[in-house]
Amino acid sequence: MNRVVITGMGVYSTIGKNIEEVKNSLYTGRSGIGFDPERKEMGFRSALTGIIERPNLKGELKRRQRVGLAEEGEYAYIATIEALKQAKIDQDFLDKTDVGILYGNDSSAKSVVESYDLLKEKKDTTLLGSGAIFQSMNSTITMNLSTIFRLKGINLTVSAACASGSHAIGMGYYLIRSGLQDIIICGGGQEVNYHSMGSFDGLSAFSVRESEPEKACRPFDRDRDGLVPSGGAATLIIESYESAIKRGAPILAEVIGYGFSSNGDHISVPNIEGPAKSLEMALKDASIQASQIDYINAHATSTPVGDLNEAQAIDKIFGIAKPWVSSTKSMTGHEMWMGGASEVIYSMLMMQDSFVAPNINFENPDEHSAKLKIAAETIKNHNIDIFLSNSFGFGGTNSTLIVKKI
Amino acid sequence: MENQEIIAKVNDFLIDEFELEEEQLIPTANLKETLEIDSLDYVDLVVIIEKNFGFKVKGEDFANIKTLQDFYEYIIKHAKSN
Repeated sequence: MNRVVITGMGVYSTIGKNIEEVKNSLYTGRSGIGFDPERKEMGFRSALTGIIERPNLKGELKRRQRVGLAEEGEYAYIATIEALKQAKIDQDFLDKTDVGILYGNDSSAKSVVESYDLLKEKKDTTLLGSGAIFQSMNSTITMNLSTIFRLKGINLTVSAACASGSHAIGMGYYLIRSGLQDIIICGGGQEVNYHSMGSFDGLSAFSVRESEPEKACRPFDRDRDGLVPSGGAATLIIESYESAIKRGAPILAEVIGYGFSSNGDHISVPNIEGPAKSLEMALKDASIQASQIDYINAHATSTPVGDLNEAQAIDKIFGIAKPWVSSTKSMTGHEMWMGGASEVIYSMLMMQDSFVAPNINFENPDEHSAKLKIAAETIKNHNIDIFLSNSFGFGGTNSTLIVKKI
Repeated sequence: MENQEIIAKVNDFLIDEFELEEEQLIPTANLKETLEIDSLDYVDLVVIIEKNFGFKVKGEDFANIKTLQDFYEYIIKHAKSN
């Protein structure tokens, strides 16, 4: 079986538009959360959201390449350019090699809503334009990036709610490990617009601490009152160790474990057994003990029940070892379809610079989070050889990735 | 709307929306081969014409529009009769 390594990373998020900016934000504990007045006008219960600027790709991409690209696709394009550059992969290489793409995405609502509004007005489908269909499908990121970069390997979108990005890496890991692919562009993208978030807001799952946006997302804190939706895109280039050596690519880390499970339970309320099973499977796959994990990037989104159950699942497996734990969502908000990929990158950045990013706004623990070693402040000079990243989603889908320094 | 005004308007959206260069816009230019307007671009042309000139192009009409001059004449004819 092939070893699977990470050779490139790129990110476009609410806490930075590239790896360097994001690393600085993680280190300093900068929040990317703000207040969107438009959501209030639209009757949202909470107008809190990650704040992100859409990139201007005019001049960067041809018109035909842009018209089908939805918002999350734009973020994914920027993140992928950065990741490919770090991995030393240019267009000439992509033209000559079978490189695949596996990207997590689970909605592209804005284009659907806008097309429907236009259709109601015009009563004529031929006036909807050519880009709407390509923007509106769940596979919008993979279909656009595979065309832009002329990719010839696996071409697939992974939709698994808030675990999409993590499963995309996990699936890529399996394909490379088994020798079916050598190099895959993996990642996750998430749109940031009110069109996609109204129905989620309606579940009353979002924080309403609108007077203090930067304090609203407080995973594991006793006074948390809900998640804050956010987004962007994150790309990792994963490839076989042999391919990376042969190309002279920078080997940043090795993916050594992937675990997954389904709760078989409630559609939106997580449980303890499912995530614990995913954690145990990842540890077994990596052939390591819980005590070897130096850092856990928790899924914790700042919802009362979700964090409570994850704290118990982590304590169940890591109660004795007690590695540092933080949820970077405290800064980024919940990057949903993107989060499983971006949080691997955030953890990679901590591993490279030997620090643990803070779980900001963690002021008072609850009964279960008190049992974890949560980094309320930046932990400096902390060596991370192996980290674990959890991602859970609606429907009870769970994904765990374990990555090791190389 | 005068013919020159219509032609100027067409050129404007070809430059702004389709990102063609002004010097490419010569009347004998073939839309598909020279200006590289592809099948999906025709879908957007229908939208843009409706927005700018208030009439709806029938998809099959494009079959007879080969050059930019044909395109100008088609728009002039329909814009004036609209």
